[in-house]
Amino acid sequence: MIGEVLVECAHMSCAYNSTLAIKKIDFTIRKGDFVGIVGPSGSGKTTLLKAILGSISPIEGHVTKKPQLRMGYVPQVETVDWNFPVTVLEVVAMTRSSTGRLPRVTKDERADALLVLERLGLGGLENRHIRELSGGQQQRVFVARALFHRPELLVLDEPTSGVDVRTRHEVLHLLADLHDEGVSIILSTHDLNGLAAHLPRLVCLNSEIIADGSPVDVLTPEVLEQTFGAPMEVLIHGGMPVVVDGVGADIAERMSRLG
Amino acid sequence: MSFVFAGLFTPFHYQFFNNGIIVATIAGALCGLLGVFVVLRGMSYIGHGLSHAVFGGAAASAVMNINYFVGAGVWGVASGVIIGRIARRRLIGADAAIGVVTTASFALGLALLNRYGQAKKSIEAVLFGSVLGVKTIDIVAVSAVAILSIIIVVALYRAFLFATFDPEVAQVSGVRVAWIEALLMGLLSLTILVTMRVIGTLLISALLVIPASVARMLTNSFARMLWISPIIGAVSAFTGMYLSYFLDTSASATVILMGTLMFIVVYAVTGLRGRTRISGLHHI
Repeated sequence: MIGEVLVECAHMSCAYNSTLAIKKIDFTIRKGDFVGIVGPSGSGKTTLLKAILGSISPIEGHVTKKPQLRMGYVPQVETVDWNFPVTVLEVVAMTRSSTGRLPRVTKDERADALLVLERLGLGGLENRHIRELSGGQQQRVFVARALFHRPELLVLDEPTSGVDVRTRHEVLHLLADLHDEGVSIILSTHDLNGLAAHLPRLVCLNSEIIADGSPVDVLTPEVLEQTFGAPMEVLIHGGMPVVVDGVGADIAERMSRLG
Repeated sequence: MSFVFAGLFTPFHYQFFNNGIIVATIAGALCGLLGVFVVLRGMSYIGHGLSHAVFGGAAASAVMNINYFVGAGVWGVASGVIIGRIARRRLIGADAAIGVVTTASFALGLALLNRYGQAKKSIEAVLFGSVLGVKTIDIVAVSAVAILSIIIVVALYRAFLFATFDPEVAQVSGVRVAWIEALLMGLLSLTILVTMRVIGTLLISALLVIPASVARMLTNSFARMLWISPIIGAVSAFTGMYLSYFLDTSASATVILMGTLMFIVVYAVTGLRGRTRISGLHHI
């Protein structure tokens, strides 16, 4: 069964000053989608997410959203000053700024926030200053803040950038759980094997959409070379595609010959 | 002994001093309150620039014989909004653009006063502040802006906090960030307008930065910063003004020196914890 359309980008182009970041994209997110956007640096991944969020306006085409669509945004952790004088609870409660009138977090909001924090494995940390958290915990605080807004669509920009393997697994499990609970998800990532290959739907982007489909259909040497501009090989391991850097394999072969 | 004790109250026998110390104390608290946003948003250069821009408006209103609060007020608020937009959009290098706009306004003010005004006296009064010219209207004006600022900061506390910490996500979450920033710039412009005659153009940015920086060293809470910083600002202003009478020094300079002294003491007393907290304020 096909879910209702949450966001539709039609023939959309976005630019910074006069430089086109994405060109004539047709792209739809439906209820129940779990989409990963992959592409090289500067390919327009973050621009696409920002256009969906409404932070930037297309110069051509349009973005149509379901009326009253609630979106939660999880930016990259380095976009904020983690030395800022706020606690974990205050950060989580921020997303109700447009509705909460009282300066202090209310009892109900506190109870809701504690549930979300507990759910994300951050129970007991609500009064900690955000600087005292590990990188993985900081990432989860951002997810908690987005979830506190009760989003229908969760938008994440590079959620596993700069985190260790364990944290990456935690993030992936968390997103899978949220998706099972009915939250639609779109994220951008550089992590082809650790994250993208596990998702049900992948979009390869390099200013334009190169391919859109399941990882098995999308992660092919031809699509990857067209997307990243470099040769890559794809192996199938346990029914899942594993991307191998073609240049890396070549170097390994030359090295083994030297040995 | 009683003679010495009575001497301590001598400055309060003069109406001009009482007016000056009331305006300075409220101004210190007001600058301390708004300074929290200035420091945490990395806008110290904007406070400096705004005070220079308002100077242009003050000079123009003096030359054109327009009421100071009307002329400098319109000029200052307009400058504040323009500066805020330039800083937000970062289209043409915000630092350079703000530098050009504000120093041009400052230079225009100087030129106008040189050409048409009673140059030296007026310029010194506006640059370094003066307690002599403080009138009842100044007390009313600074009190009105202080009350307005407190009401707005309390009513929009969450939106101000979110827009200061993470403007992009705040925007996505329904906070009207551009409006909040325009409001903050408007309040800053009004603050500079009503305090400039006592504190002076050149030193007002210090009163925006020092109390908030001291408060940051003392607490890890945004909410507590919002009341610690005004207290520090008010205490610096009151003691600075009071001591300036006996030391026969510039009132505004003594106010800033008192703030600086508090900064040094707190920096020393809070040790590594305070230094770590303030290390994030790399822009000041």
